[in-house]
Amino acid sequence: MPLGTPGLADLRLDTPPGHPAPYAQPVPTTSDVAPGRRSPDWPAVRLHVVSGKGGTGKTTVAAALALALATGGRKVLVVEVEGRQGLAQIFDVPPLPYAERRVAVAPGGGEVFALAIDPEEALVEYLEMFYNLRRAGTALRKMGAIDFATTVAPGVRDVLLTGKAKEAVRRKKDGVPVYDAVVMDAPPTGRIARFLNVNTEVAGLARTGPIRSQADAVMEVIASRLTAVHLVTLLEEMPVQETADGVAHLREAGLPVGGIIVNQVRRPLLSATAQAKARKGKLDLAAIAADLEAAGVVTPSGALEGSHGMVLTADVVAALAAEGADHAERVALEQRERDDIQALERPTYEIPFLPDGVDVGALYDIAEQLRGQGIA
Amino acid sequence: MTPPSGIAPRSPHLDIDALLDDRSVKVIVCCGSGGVGKTTTAAALGLRAADRGRDVVVLTIDPARRLAQSLGLTELDNDPRPVAGVSGTGSLSAMMLDMKRTFDEFVESNADPERAAAILANPFYLSLSSSFAGTQEYMAMEKLGQLRARAAAERTWDLIVVDTPPSRSALDFLDAPRRLGSFLDGRFIRILAAPAKAGGRAYLKVLSAGFGMFTSVLSKVIGGQVLVDVQTFVASVDTLFGGFRQRADDTFAMLQAADTAFVVVAAPERDALREASYFVDRLEADSMPLAGLVLNRVQTTSVPDLDAATATSAATRLEGGSRTSVTAALLRIHADRVATLDRQKRLAERFTAAHRDVRVAAVPSLAGDVVDLDGLREVGASMARHP
Repeated sequence: MPLGTPGLADLRLDTPPGHPAPYAQPVPTTSDVAPGRRSPDWPAVRLHVVSGKGGTGKTTVAAALALALATGGRKVLVVEVEGRQGLAQIFDVPPLPYAERRVAVAPGGGEVFALAIDPEEALVEYLEMFYNLRRAGTALRKMGAIDFATTVAPGVRDVLLTGKAKEAVRRKKDGVPVYDAVVMDAPPTGRIARFLNVNTEVAGLARTGPIRSQADAVMEVIASRLTAVHLVTLLEEMPVQETADGVAHLREAGLPVGGIIVNQVRRPLLSATAQAKARKGKLDLAAIAADLEAAGVVTPSGALEGSHGMVLTADVVAALAAEGADHAERVALEQRERDDIQALERPTYEIPFLPDGVDVGALYDIAEQLRGQGIA
Repeated sequence: MTPPSGIAPRSPHLDIDALLDDRSVKVIVCCGSGGVGKTTTAAALGLRAADRGRDVVVLTIDPARRLAQSLGLTELDNDPRPVAGVSGTGSLSAMMLDMKRTFDEFVESNADPERAAAILANPFYLSLSSSFAGTQEYMAMEKLGQLRARAAAERTWDLIVVDTPPSRSALDFLDAPRRLGSFLDGRFIRILAAPAKAGGRAYLKVLSAGFGMFTSVLSKVIGGQVLVDVQTFVASVDTLFGGFRQRADDTFAMLQAADTAFVVVAAPERDALREASYFVDRLEADSMPLAGLVLNRVQTTSVPDLDAATATSAATRLEGGSRTSVTAALLRIHADRVATLDRQKRLAERFTAAHRDVRVAAVPSLAGDVVDLDGLREVGASMARHP
């Protein structure tokens, strides 16, 4: 990533000199770098699949990516497939129906639409489209057949879900694609390769017939350059391990691995030297006490300013040093995990840890940071 | 140090040791959404119970590699193995669920060899046992049933701690077995199976026009061969199992028994607490015994009186000076920490306001990963710490 890229500039300022560049990323070769911003890493991609271990924030990332892609006047659809209404929560709108609703306006006039794909609705829609069988839907539902086809019959559900996303990618009006890009908030990393590889999934079941042709049509999009499967991770052992496994599974299945999005990255606030000292418990406590007094945090009489209980300077200093040691430990751990991620040799994007959590405003900030790093 | 329980000051305390020492509790089920430390919690509870003298088996679903290694689970063998290193008179065994193998064994132990072989080779069975969403939940419950029967017969264990599968939502774990059970044992599949039982597809012709339309749509959607596979499968398992639904219902009843205790695991994050909230309501609606909530990854601070705004402005003042200040960095670290804690408190407050009677045990967030038994012991100890 070129220095001076906006978006992360605010983080950079805080990066102490001498610290091993924590936000360094492999730079994909791009020739036409727009002034002030890198050209996007995925220009040909129309379907961005976002997966990640549970708890890593993949829904947040999918929503922010949709905003990033829509920035500058483009039209983007973000879909969810697990019936959790996570997108509605993130965009702070009422629960999404099985219909495309505009949920956000992006900077520069872009629009983000959202859709919660329901497999039952998708099946009825599919029957109608291909066999003009909408009325049959009710009868079939009564017999439990819709339930069977969407829940029990292995693979059918996934073909319906991915099929709907594929349809949105391919949809055209007056010869022009309706959406510039489609983002999918997909199942977690542990299931992603199987979920997307619908071809293999239904292979044992349907050797011919409509489900088979539908699966083939889905694979034409998903296994092509039109698609990128991005994985969201935290800088922790389990999510990073799952990301590595996920990359391997996707490659095995011949699915296009996209970028790795590292979420909740701690700012390394201490310099390398201070970090090492903090971990060993060797920070200069007397100097810290003097600084705290100079800054007016503690009174000259040696107690915490404004505190009703008696909190002594020595306690404050020891506590801050201990919190510093925790932070240093955490940052060191994150660096080790970051090395493992680098070894996967994929474009990597980082989103800082936000102590206050993610609201709609923060979503726009994250989108801007992702754009600044070249994801869109 | 503000104890982590400060996150839910008005909630009653979940006394972990009282739960583990209660000999009338035979099964502890840990549930919650993905990524909240469910498996670690289950393992830590199991180890602590064993250290306190109980004979424990922990059934894990999908442990992290190093956690699995710390429990001696280096390969999937679908059978509990003793874990060395328990102090005192208790014992600990652990196992990792192999979903397909559990299903295979279930078939093999319920059918004669010839029939079992036919089922195991059926394409529909292969899909069902390896990839169907819900099979993992069903098999986790099947395994729990087996462990329970074995514990009762051989007196091997007096406490089973179960981790639950990483489902789409925490509720899947309760609903999937029944859903699968009612499909496999339901009206629809019986209709499908009828032709096979009556001697082949020719039978279809004499059925009503409605049914003809129905199967024709179905074969359009899932393919004719699938129907035949399903029919053969259902016909061969139908008479053997005493009904899948019956088994699922039995499991459900077992989970309602007084010797089961549910521990809902969450992290102080919006999604995790929302899932926990649904789960608590659901357990109550189904009269399932809830022990309480384990809240992992709670932020703590030793100087709660130094708030984020004061710390940040002091840091800014120090940074105005000429030298690089370690103190300024420490103040910013503290400010982030307090801001995180404040956010977690707000989220926890929403949960506790809606569930005033739910007992809570708060566990502070750890700087590193849990990689060995000592790490698990530490987790167990902080879970059991009194406020």
